[in-house]
Amino acid sequence: MDQPAISTDVVHSHATFEDGIALECGAVLRRHTVAFRTYGTLNAERSNAILVCHALTGDQYAAERHPVTGKPGWWDAVVGPGRPVDTDRFFVICPNVLGGCMGSTGPLSLRDNTDSHAGEPWGTDFPPITIRDMVRAQKQLIEHLGIRRLFAVIGGSMGGMQVLQWAALYPDAVFAALPIATASYHSAQNIAFHEVGRQAIFADPDWQNGRYWQSGRIPARGLAVARMCAHITYLSEEALTRKFGRRLQNAPKDNSEAISLFGEMFEVESYLRHQGSTFVQRFDANSYLTITRAMDYFDLAADSGGDLAAAFRGTRTRFLLVSFTSDWLFPTSQSRSIARALNRAGANVSFVEIPSDKGHDAFLLDEPDFHRTVAGFLRGCAIHAGLSK
Amino acid sequence: MSTHDPVRFIAKNLRVDLALIAGMIAPRSRVLDIGCGDGTLIDHLFQTKQCDARGIEIDMAEVTRAVAHGLPVMHGDADIDLEHYPDGAFDYVVLSRALQAVERPRAVLRQMLRIGTRAVVSFPNFGHWQVRLQLLITGRMPMTATWDRPWHETPNIHPCTIRDFFDLCEQDGYVVEQWLAADDGGRRAPWRRFSRLANLFGEQGVFLLRHR
Repeated sequence: MDQPAISTDVVHSHATFEDGIALECGAVLRRHTVAFRTYGTLNAERSNAILVCHALTGDQYAAERHPVTGKPGWWDAVVGPGRPVDTDRFFVICPNVLGGCMGSTGPLSLRDNTDSHAGEPWGTDFPPITIRDMVRAQKQLIEHLGIRRLFAVIGGSMGGMQVLQWAALYPDAVFAALPIATASYHSAQNIAFHEVGRQAIFADPDWQNGRYWQSGRIPARGLAVARMCAHITYLSEEALTRKFGRRLQNAPKDNSEAISLFGEMFEVESYLRHQGSTFVQRFDANSYLTITRAMDYFDLAADSGGDLAAAFRGTRTRFLLVSFTSDWLFPTSQSRSIARALNRAGANVSFVEIPSDKGHDAFLLDEPDFHRTVAGFLRGCAIHAGLSK
Repeated sequence: MSTHDPVRFIAKNLRVDLALIAGMIAPRSRVLDIGCGDGTLIDHLFQTKQCDARGIEIDMAEVTRAVAHGLPVMHGDADIDLEHYPDGAFDYVVLSRALQAVERPRAVLRQMLRIGTRAVVSFPNFGHWQVRLQLLITGRMPMTATWDRPWHETPNIHPCTIRDFFDLCEQDGYVVEQWLAADDGGRRAPWRRFSRLANLFGEQGVFLLRHR
């Protein structure tokens, strides 16, 4: 595979925290940066802020053209003027997670400690981080922006894990929580798929034990395979069949990496390759390792003595859980068990399963029922929060 | 959307029935409406009585409609999901015209009075004279304005009469604080003192219960 060039010259808007952050693993980052984007206007009471949490390979560019890839924002369908998360009404904040590679402190960042490695990127020495660490870094950002209470926190997949963690950790700072297509812990199956991706990265000779900056060659092949594997889990069988079926197309000529029959390959193969090769242009392999690990560690109930309800006891936050029928990565049963735990905690919870054949990715796509649900829930919450129009 | 989902609950003249139920509920109370449909009652209770009203509904299309209207409704099944609520979480738990459609009516009533201080239950009365007369004369399952589906298609697997329901309350130790019989138009029937007459002429019964 050709070596892609990761664009590092884009400057991302950010806030740097000189006090640093103590991580759950015991390590301390002496200072750290949170890159973020905002949309809309904060009102005078500072009461209309919505935090958007991105998924594993997302970033802060939720509702605008991406400066690196040139593609539309990953949640353009949900966030924007007149959208379900209406930026004409709400002030939307979307940070890049701690451990990410789009400007927030992560394995790609230079170490700022004074030991012999100073001036080098963290690489695989970057401390293991957790969903809770990500959320605590986001809390620092929110305080930095002068916001005491968020009107809502919303996110899908790993973003949903952050939403749950926000509601559990800072119940008084979250009026409404919308965990979408998510789970309160990463299942063995989910961890297994992540491990396949990580092993693909490790197996790439260009990985070089994570110190790939030394050779200037990134483990593009391994990272692309990780992405291809993960991408299958984001789709449903129905969606793959609908999009590609068994259709064939011309295989690239002179390509030693394809098993072509009479010069043809399956369309789905070509699609996955495209997904893999575009991904490596915007994502850092060590960041992928760090963040997949953070998801694997996530088990909110374990932090509360094994009882998920205990994590939410006494909460006044209003919840909306959404799952999608064809999502087998974060199935409805996971959302339902969160809803039941919230019932046990006496919480105010709405829960909808949206019919869709698009798999886990449905939360990113055009799903009118989902969008109506989010818009209506936020509208209802705004009334209860006394938020003026 | 979910056209294949079973239609579980009779929903005729729902608004009238809900008005009778709402009349039994105190302002500013905590209410759970089981089988809340599109959330008409919980919206009404919030708008007019400032209640903290929430709903459970089995039909996903109705749940989506309710949440899209900003109402706190979750997908759930009365037979399964009530056990997940803590004791005394609500002042009132409402089951409107759905008792006859649940799998285990007794267990559902028990759960309602565990999680709520009071239960409001309404159901279509199978003891109505038209039902009795049709069965007597034709020898076939009755079909009336209220019982309007053939026996093989009805979701109403546990029909009962007003007198049956009084017996069940007695047997399971529930106090009937209020009750009324009404016709399908929601007009209260004037047989408040005479349950036998109510059982003959009332098309539906509405009961407010608490534990003994």
